[in-house]
Amino acid sequence: MVFLWAFLVGGLICVIGQLLLDIGKLTPGHTLSILVVAGAVLDGFGLYEPLIDFAGAGATVPITSFGNSLVHGAMAEAEKHGLIGVVTGMFEVTSSGISAAIIFGMIGAILFKPKG
Amino acid sequence: MKEPQGNYKNYEQKKEPKRPVVKNCIRAFLVGGLICVIGQVISMFYMYFFDFTEQTVGNPTIATLIFITMLLTGFGVYDKMAQFAGAGTAVPVTGFGNAVISAAIEHRTEGFVQGVGGNMFKLAGSVILFGVFSAFIIALIKTIISYWSGA
Repeated sequence: MVFLWAFLVGGLICVIGQLLLDIGKLTPGHTLSILVVAGAVLDGFGLYEPLIDFAGAGATVPITSFGNSLVHGAMAEAEKHGLIGVVTGMFEVTSSGISAAIIFGMIGAILFKPKG
Repeated sequence: MKEPQGNYKNYEQKKEPKRPVVKNCIRAFLVGGLICVIGQVISMFYMYFFDFTEQTVGNPTIATLIFITMLLTGFGVYDKMAQFAGAGTAVPVTGFGNAVISAAIEHRTEGFVQGVGGNMFKLAGSVILFGVFSAFIIALIKTIISYWSGA
C-alpha cells in the first residue's frame, strides 16, 4: 500500500512541477526553487511531516523534501541553542543530498568523458 | 526582412508551438511516481537491513538515488529520460543530482578546479540558495514565536 501512495504523491508533485513549467512558463531553475521554498513553508506549518508518514518516499524523494529537512535541521538546533541555532543547524538533517551530489559529481567527472 | 522590436513578442507567441500540457503531465506523473517507488524500495531495504526509521531513512535513500543518477548521467541515459519525462525526472532529487553531476562532467575539460569546481552548482545553486534562505526565514519566525509564547 505504501508503494501506491509513494507513486501517487510523488507523481502528483512532479505534475505540479510540470504545470509550473508548461502553464507558468517558468525555467526549470525557477520551478525547482519554488518547489523547495514550498517544501520549507509546508514544514513551517507542520504539514510536511504527516505527508512523509503517509507517502514515504513519495514525499522524501521530490526536491520539496530538501526545503523540509533544512527547516527541520534549523529548528532542532534552535531548540538547543536558541536563535544562533537557526544558522548553525541548517544542514544538520539534509546533508546527504548535497554531500552525495558533490561526491558523486566529482567521481562522475573523473570517470566519465563529456558527450557531444 | 527585419521585424520591428515591438511586434517581435507577438510574432514569437504566434510561432511558438502549443505545448502538449496533458501529455507532458501524464508522462511526468508516471516517471516521477516510478522514481518515488524505486526510492520506496530502497527505503524498505535500509529499514530492514540497517536500523533506520521511517523518519531517518530519507538520507541514505537520497544518497543511493544520486549514486544511481551518476551512472545514468555518465552513460547519457538520464538526458534521454529527461527529454521524455520533463518534470518527472527534474523534480525528484535525482534531477538535482543530475544537474550537479552533468555540470561536473561537462566542464572537466576546463580542469578540476576552475571547470568542475567552479561549475558544479551552476544549475543547482539556486535550489540550495532559495532552500536555505527560505528555511532560515521560516525557522527564524518559528523560533521568535516560540520565545514570545514563552515556550
